[in-house]
Amino acid sequence: MDLAPFPVAERDAVVIESAPVGRRYHRLRLDAPDLSARGRPGQFFHLLCRDGGGNGPYLRRPMSIWRCGAEEPLGFLFHVKGRGTAALAALRAGDRLSVVGPLGQGFSLHPSWRRILILARGVGLATLAPLTDAAARLGIAVDAVLSARDPADLMADEFAGASGALVTPVFDADGSSDPAAVEALLRARFEAARPDAVFTCGSNRLFLLLQRLSAEYAIPGQVALEQQMGCGLGMCFCCVRPIRAPDGGTVNLRVCAEGPVFDLQAALGW
Amino acid sequence: MVDLTTRIGAVTLANPVMPASGTFGPELAQVFDLGLLGALVTKSVTPEPRSGNPLPRLCETEAGILNSIGIPGKGLDHFIAHAIPEWRRFRPPLVVSLSAGTNAAFAEAAARLADTPGIAAIEANISCPNLEEDGRAFAMFPESAAAAIAAMRARCALPIWAKLSPNTGDIAAVARAAEEAGADAIVVANTILGLAIDIEKATPKLGAGMGGFSGPAFKPIALRLTWQCAQAVRIPVIGVGGIATAEDAVEFMMAGATAVQVGTASFISPTALVQVIDGLRDFCTRRGFARSADLTGLALPGSGRLAAE
Repeated sequence: MDLAPFPVAERDAVVIESAPVGRRYHRLRLDAPDLSARGRPGQFFHLLCRDGGGNGPYLRRPMSIWRCGAEEPLGFLFHVKGRGTAALAALRAGDRLSVVGPLGQGFSLHPSWRRILILARGVGLATLAPLTDAAARLGIAVDAVLSARDPADLMADEFAGASGALVTPVFDADGSSDPAAVEALLRARFEAARPDAVFTCGSNRLFLLLQRLSAEYAIPGQVALEQQMGCGLGMCFCCVRPIRAPDGGTVNLRVCAEGPVFDLQAALGW
Repeated sequence: MVDLTTRIGAVTLANPVMPASGTFGPELAQVFDLGLLGALVTKSVTPEPRSGNPLPRLCETEAGILNSIGIPGKGLDHFIAHAIPEWRRFRPPLVVSLSAGTNAAFAEAAARLADTPGIAAIEANISCPNLEEDGRAFAMFPESAAAAIAAMRARCALPIWAKLSPNTGDIAAVARAAEEAGADAIVVANTILGLAIDIEKATPKLGAGMGGFSGPAFKPIALRLTWQCAQAVRIPVIGVGGIATAEDAVEFMMAGATAVQVGTASFISPTALVQVIDGLRDFCTRRGFARSADLTGLALPGSGRLAAE
């Protein structure tokens, strides 16, 4: 059912493409041009994860937007890990997928910024990927450090697309993803070409590192958090996380409604 | 044209479909026009602020969910100052769900709500723990249910809907006790206590241990409770538990419900409430019922089944 004047739609969308990416990941593209145009980087859709035969978990699963915009199909890129993502990966072109969205508060980019730095680990890059296009449209240069197990897991093309983002990969396989090595890399970047803002998603360790360094260099930042969700709209209060309040205490905020993107310094490790 | 008008005592609803407390909020106005609903039902408000239960607060099963959210909220003062004005932007009658730990706290809060303009009824969430009875829910026993309702009745002229718990051995007796204590309607029923265990960690899946079970798998139980209560009391019964479709709603009405609440289904389909209203109208049209109210009690023993045909 789609009730046009409302900002959030509940809709069956037709799958245009369903394909594995590397060894562990999968991508879906949907025919939903108006929803794709409405989606913003960092927002998510709540997906009813049922395979072609109607089997899948009872609750919907939140899935951050990987591709959106007026010119391209709505896309999701995910790690095939549990029942929900397995059901999604079993969908084929022509199947229908029930989506609710777009939902949540996305990333914000300030038009005056000249350069941002993105630090992502694993499939966390899917959430940050649409920032590269959004930044390119504003003439903001993107400097990205992507951490992965090994080159086969990297997905640099899935991240940057045609945005022109500068990607520096670091790997577990050669030790370049060690926290000390990433810290040295970030310090060099901050000193050579200080970014106007930093962004991260996907790794608690990298989040804590980026939070510490960006505080030291007084660079603002944003982080996209994940959390198990019930309704996805803010009604059930199941997806709360403690977030630092201005008074120094913490307050439980809903990842679905007040997030999933939070101020980097206000978020707490998980 | 089917007449969906529904009367719950002194409260008139445009249709018999409303949300279940705890599964609804103004956030749903992003998805559809809340003016379509028979009534608005808030999350339970408590006299004092509460931070809620430890995570995880929710886990799914094959056909439903367990929750132990813990009624987080900013308390009654904040609710009256901020939430009520926000709710009054919407047309349907506003039903405020109220939870408290003692009879006196229920009564005091009900009196405050009675002095607040814009509230059509109080839904008394007496399924919450009674702090004066070792945390056993008020609605587990006829005596404690009646005492909580009577305490509110004495201080509050608003209609009081008593939300009963399935976690009791004799719900008909609890329903009668609530009616005799002055309830204007009963809501049947809250979630049923359940448990899920993470076998890798050997701990309950919910942070709080036990939780309330809801969703489609609970429907036959809630329907049976509705049927029993409808035969036990003269006040209206509002059926709730596992309703996801108009067909489910018709079942509850035929089992004696005057109105229904849709809860967990809104998590799966945020437009479920609208689909239930539309489907109810379609059912009445197809079967020749001029008024949806004529469905109430049709399947009860001795009702003269389908006399309308």
